Amino acid sequence: MTATRPAPAWLVLSGILVAAVAVLPAAYLFVVVAGDLGDALADALTSSTAAILARTLALAAAVTATAVAIALPIGWLTVRTDLPKRRFWAVLCTLPLVIPSYVGAYLFVAALGPNGMLQDVLGVGRLPSIYGFGGAWLVLTLFTYPLVLLPLRGALRRIDPQLEDAARAMGRGPLAAFGSVVLPQLWPVLATGGLLVALYVVSDFGAVSLLRFDSFTREIYVAYRSSFDRTAAASLGAVLVIVMLGLLFLRSRLRSAKVVHRLGPGTLRPAPPYRLGRWRWPALAFCAAVAMVAFVLPVAVLLYWASEGISTGATPLSRAAALGGNSLLVSAGAAAFGAACALAIAALSVRHPGRLSALLERASHAGYALPGILVALALVFFATRLVPPLYQTTALLVFGLTIHYLPLGIGPTAAAMLQVSPRVEEAARGLGRSRADVFRTVTVPLTRGGLLAGAALIFLHAMKELPATLILAPLGFETLATDIWTQTSFGFYEASAIPALLLLAVAAVPVYLLSERGATRP
Amino acid sequence: MKQNRRSTQRPILAAAIAVALLAGGCGFDTGASGGGPDEPETEGITLYSGRIPAAIGGAVDSYEAEADRDVQVRYADTADLAATLIEEGDASPADAFFAQEPGAIAAVADEGVLARLPDDILQRVPARFRDPAGRWVGVTGRARVLAYNRDAVPRSELPRSPFGLVAPGWRDRVGWSPASSSMQEYVTALRARYGEERTREWLEAMVANGAVDYPNNVTIRDAIASGEVDVGLINHYYVAQAVAAEGEDYPVGVYFPPGGLGSLLLLTSVGVLESSDRKEEAFAFVRSLLSPSSQEFFTVSSKEYPLARGAAPDPSLSVPLAEVPSVEGELVHLDELQATIELMQEAGAL
Repeated sequence: MTATRPAPAWLVLSGILVAAVAVLPAAYLFVVVAGDLGDALADALTSSTAAILARTLALAAAVTATAVAIALPIGWLTVRTDLPKRRFWAVLCTLPLVIPSYVGAYLFVAALGPNGMLQDVLGVGRLPSIYGFGGAWLVLTLFTYPLVLLPLRGALRRIDPQLEDAARAMGRGPLAAFGSVVLPQLWPVLATGGLLVALYVVSDFGAVSLLRFDSFTREIYVAYRSSFDRTAAASLGAVLVIVMLGLLFLRSRLRSAKVVHRLGPGTLRPAPPYRLGRWRWPALAFCAAVAMVAFVLPVAVLLYWASEGISTGATPLSRAAALGGNSLLVSAGAAAFGAACALAIAALSVRHPGRLSALLERASHAGYALPGILVALALVFFATRLVPPLYQTTALLVFGLTIHYLPLGIGPTAAAMLQVSPRVEEAARGLGRSRADVFRTVTVPLTRGGLLAGAALIFLHAMKELPATLILAPLGFETLATDIWTQTSFGFYEASAIPALLLLAVAAVPVYLLSERGATRP
Repeated sequence: MKQNRRSTQRPILAAAIAVALLAGGCGFDTGASGGGPDEPETEGITLYSGRIPAAIGGAVDSYEAEADRDVQVRYADTADLAATLIEEGDASPADAFFAQEPGAIAAVADEGVLARLPDDILQRVPARFRDPAGRWVGVTGRARVLAYNRDAVPRSELPRSPFGLVAPGWRDRVGWSPASSSMQEYVTALRARYGEERTREWLEAMVANGAVDYPNNVTIRDAIASGEVDVGLINHYYVAQAVAAEGEDYPVGVYFPPGGLGSLLLLTSVGVLESSDRKEEAFAFVRSLLSPSSQEFFTVSSKEYPLARGAAPDPSLSVPLAEVPSVEGELVHLDELQATIELMQEAGAL
């Protein structure tokens, strides 16, 4: 690898700008906590807080491990083998990401809980409990493994098959070759996806509360929703930010100093798919089983509820279209804006590693570790004081969603960039292109797969985001997610069936397009 | 081939940029495209509502029609809106705040951002349903009750008060929601009536007796319906709505325990922002919420107790309003809530 060169000024400036806005939620926490430091420390540092934090981290570790264990085989099967209908499975296995976790958890309680649907169907007296650690582990795994799968598929496509061929030629079996050649190249993307899963688990509230797992976010919500104790909530939020910094450190250890791009000359040769032969049946069964539990089962329950007509009257098509349009608008806006911001941060941290780049990258993660409502309140705080005309506009909403989900874009983009050899860029420089030109015409196109995966992740999350959308949207601006909230807050989760199905339908299109585009090679 | 790919790639990029620009630039225009019926053109007040459209829509509609003014509503969780109002301070676009939980309006009032309501508004409800300092007024009441599975528990076996739920016979059969604000309001009322020690003992005995912890009223109701638990402490109207949706054979019944603090009335309430430059209009809106037609809307649509003098509750509610105790206005303060939460945490309930 060549020595790091100082980053061009325009890139550093964009990076600083992105990090500066991304750090706003953390800055807000600091403003609140700083007013009352003594109290804040007393709130955050209690023995019960430590115990709950430990339990939450244990859940995060367990979910991360199983999410990787599910995503890795599905990713490999749908990219590198002749699995029948592999794109279909890829899309199906990505879609669970768009089911809001509180709806998903409720679906699982209804289906697998005590006296639930499965118990009815099987006619048994008792099932293993869906509540507590086990249930939270299962449900969160099923809704988060696509966070690993999506970037992983991109990375698998960019892997140079020559190394693998070499390993095979030297007598290694397919599994051994995978372990010694492919897996090491996937480390960055697995570490990145794993980080996203772990942070998701740590900051989730909806699913864990319905599954009756006492998680750290519950402490925050009790402090903030019941007693409106902003200091307590903010200091607990600060603990989340510290946890996030710890996880980032862990990830940097996992992917540090690994050369994962190709060193040889020439262009990337498309890898011929592995022939599964008789293994195709267990492979299909595995993909089908995951898709069944994570996607088909929830959708079946939703369809059943929709058919029961418990819904408070059918949604007129024009209204559904308006809701879907608004959802698309803000999600696509956040995805596009987020991808652009992620590109700057990823380019800095991958191509110009150093103290400043590391600092900017960490700062950009702050909004993801915090519950959405804290991100929203931070923007309320700053927008009303600094840019009142922007307050409660679509622009601010898109901005807020971008800040909240920025790391979803950074991770896959950085992982993709790690797989691009700097020599290609140097060659372009040598041919007389300016650095900005090289970035635009070489780096960005080669990173496209990761960038699109990141944009898709931001898109899917923005689509289902709720607390920040309710607070920051313009007056009267409704989306599919806010409609689900409206339908459920009177207590009929069943009534959310129609908007939830619409949400899935609207989200499926870009997921399909991205998966198809990703399938064509750069 | 290469040419081909380039040409398909460009439109997607262009579309993404267009969407980003659209989203960034046209915020005001898209605001109106959220759907919903056409509303009066006349500009009017902005309401922050912690209650969903189905719960207040009829009342807002009738005000809009009578006053020929438009009401812009931001719907969100009550606690989130309270926090938002506190962060916005004087810059708040809101003119009025409709809170679902009493703690939220107390938080906003304690922050000093609510205006004093005119006496004629305050006089529309009995004194126990309004802020002693006149900054908010109750609109409807929801009763804390004991819900039970009618197939599993004969009504005659239900305890005379929630204190009876700590008996060995109720072991592992009771659902409650210590993290929900309505349960916490109930504990505040217990503290006021029975003192810290007795309340703490009850909380500890509930935990020791295996009370099952749910996140909110709805999940308790559904758990009772599915037979997961047999009884639960919840708000009465969640059951009324389920009965309305699923029919008379819905397995969950409502019981107002007659002894002690068997039931408790929790208020939904409304206040007007001090920073509003449409205070008179906002006051008119509050008057409209307490008018006979709006009070009837609340009564019919959600089976809540109407609080305005002279309004009658739904006939299906067997217990008259006067017999349901409520939290006195003096007690609706943040420091009381915080003391409650500390007590619940010490007792191991939270």
